[in-house]
Amino acid sequence: MKIKTTPAEKLFTAVNTVFMLLLMVVTLYPLVYVAFASVSSPEEMVRHTGILLRPLGFTTGAYKMVFDNPMILQSYGNTLFYVLAGTALNIVMTTLAAFLLSRRSFMIKNALMMFVVFTMFFNGGLIPNYLIVRSLGLYNTRLALILPTAISTYNLIIMRTSLLALPASLEESAKIDGASELTVLIKIILPLSMPIVAVMILFYGVGHWNSWFNAMIYLRNRELYPLQLILREILISSSTDSMLTNLSTSVDKEPVSEIVKYATIMVATVPILLVYPFLQKYFVKGVMIGAVKG
Amino acid sequence: MLQAAPARKPGRFSQFWGRLRLDFKRNRALYLLAIPVVAYYLIFCYLPMYGASIAFKDFSAGRGILGSPWAGFKHFAAFFQDIYFFRILRNTVLINLYQLIFAFPIPVLLALLINEIRSLRFKKTVQTVIYMPHFISVMVICGLILDFTARNGLINDVIALFGGERTNIMLEASLFKPVYVLSGIWQEAGWGTIIYLAALTGVDQELYEAARIDGAGRLRQMLSITIPCIMPTVVIMLILRIGNMMNVGFEKIILLYNPTIYETSDVISSYVYRKGLLDFNYSFSAAVGLFNSAINFALVLAANRISRAVNETSLW
Repeated sequence: MKIKTTPAEKLFTAVNTVFMLLLMVVTLYPLVYVAFASVSSPEEMVRHTGILLRPLGFTTGAYKMVFDNPMILQSYGNTLFYVLAGTALNIVMTTLAAFLLSRRSFMIKNALMMFVVFTMFFNGGLIPNYLIVRSLGLYNTRLALILPTAISTYNLIIMRTSLLALPASLEESAKIDGASELTVLIKIILPLSMPIVAVMILFYGVGHWNSWFNAMIYLRNRELYPLQLILREILISSSTDSMLTNLSTSVDKEPVSEIVKYATIMVATVPILLVYPFLQKYFVKGVMIGAVKG
Repeated sequence: MLQAAPARKPGRFSQFWGRLRLDFKRNRALYLLAIPVVAYYLIFCYLPMYGASIAFKDFSAGRGILGSPWAGFKHFAAFFQDIYFFRILRNTVLINLYQLIFAFPIPVLLALLINEIRSLRFKKTVQTVIYMPHFISVMVICGLILDFTARNGLINDVIALFGGERTNIMLEASLFKPVYVLSGIWQEAGWGTIIYLAALTGVDQELYEAARIDGAGRLRQMLSITIPCIMPTVVIMLILRIGNMMNVGFEKIILLYNPTIYETSDVISSYVYRKGLLDFNYSFSAAVGLFNSAINFALVLAANRISRAVNETSLW
């Protein structure tokens, strides 16, 4: 059906389109600025004020410095480990829990559900959590970043909701054929649930990639630091220090270190931003399932 | 209830155990599989709840949680008389209030506008772009904020261009909350549209057809169909938001603030972090945290009550 558009509607569409374009510019510009700055020549960047519409000169020197920095490389490796090992444990535990909570014939499933959901609304708090992790001997070990976050209850509920939507008859027939619970989970439920498993991998994976607080409070050895903690030293501590030590004088930018900052941001952010558009539909799906059940 | 005379109670009780035993026999594998899950929750969620008892004790690391002597409500009393009590309470509530007023409506409006885009490809592009900041780590966001707000940073460059005076924005107490809320909008407003856009795809297309035949323009359709259709979602999100009114995450705060601007930037959670993990006042800090958890819990319960009354659907 062809719809007749009035002039007012045409105007609205035009204004709306312009607004959306502006919105995209506002969203992207900070990242574009960082990208341009990271390949600009340090000397020109220092003299430059205001927005950047293109790189000033071109040099990959800052990236060379980033990749030559042993701390950044090591922490990058650590982060990859935390993402892979952490997410693997998350998936096993979350799948297991969601499977149990979606068994219709399991008598204690409601009690179990209350046991789990209660933790979403009440928790011991930062200090008791910290003391428990320390008293378990996890302090300054890689496990401290993996075990305490093995299940996110929010993600668990999303996955359970999704598993409950599978037809019950499937597993019933498998059970009649003599399949064990574990066989039902691995051979029947999981193959049918790959989309939701993908959602979980993405939610947990991004969470591990971006997390830093537990690493900060539980790790003492710098060799165990994830990338985000090294970023903290480069991005946050340096700014705060220069801010507080040079209150009155106008600070001269350290030309190279400024550019290295931008290059570091790129190195830490681009992998996720590159992967994300391809996985967008899964993320969106996860949010929607979560929204239905709150 | 009247029929459940006392005499029947033990019968019921043993009946329950009988059923449980039967279920255990039939679903032994499930009970076995439940062990790691229950163990996880006991150790990492319920044990800390027990650990919160140090709020009523004088905790010393040598004696442990169990062995430390009881102190009653001493730490709570100290907190209520703390000179910073009012300050962190005010900052926590104000930041939430600003988020409610300025950040909450934006995803709703954006979703309405995105919904009006006719070109599917353009719509998808807009969505991909505005979801993106959600995936950037809080560390990078805070690094960008500190860099852009520095005396010689991008924002001051623009201010100077228009003849304004350069200031170190993160040293101005009055500017912390605006920076915090605005950067939050930049990062999360796009992502926040997902839930409303999902609600909008659920709107019956025949409603629009019928409205068009009756001669309703796009504005009329938006006012009479689209907005009423997403109102329930908006109300649920609003109630959830209000249930979180005493909650401000500390991650962004402790990365952005500095002692010069504690007056406007220190919130309950950042105070708990500083008192506990930097000053080692474990018991006092746990008391502050417990106070906050208790209020949050009450607010969430109240929010669920209200939601049930308003929407006839509770949140859980």
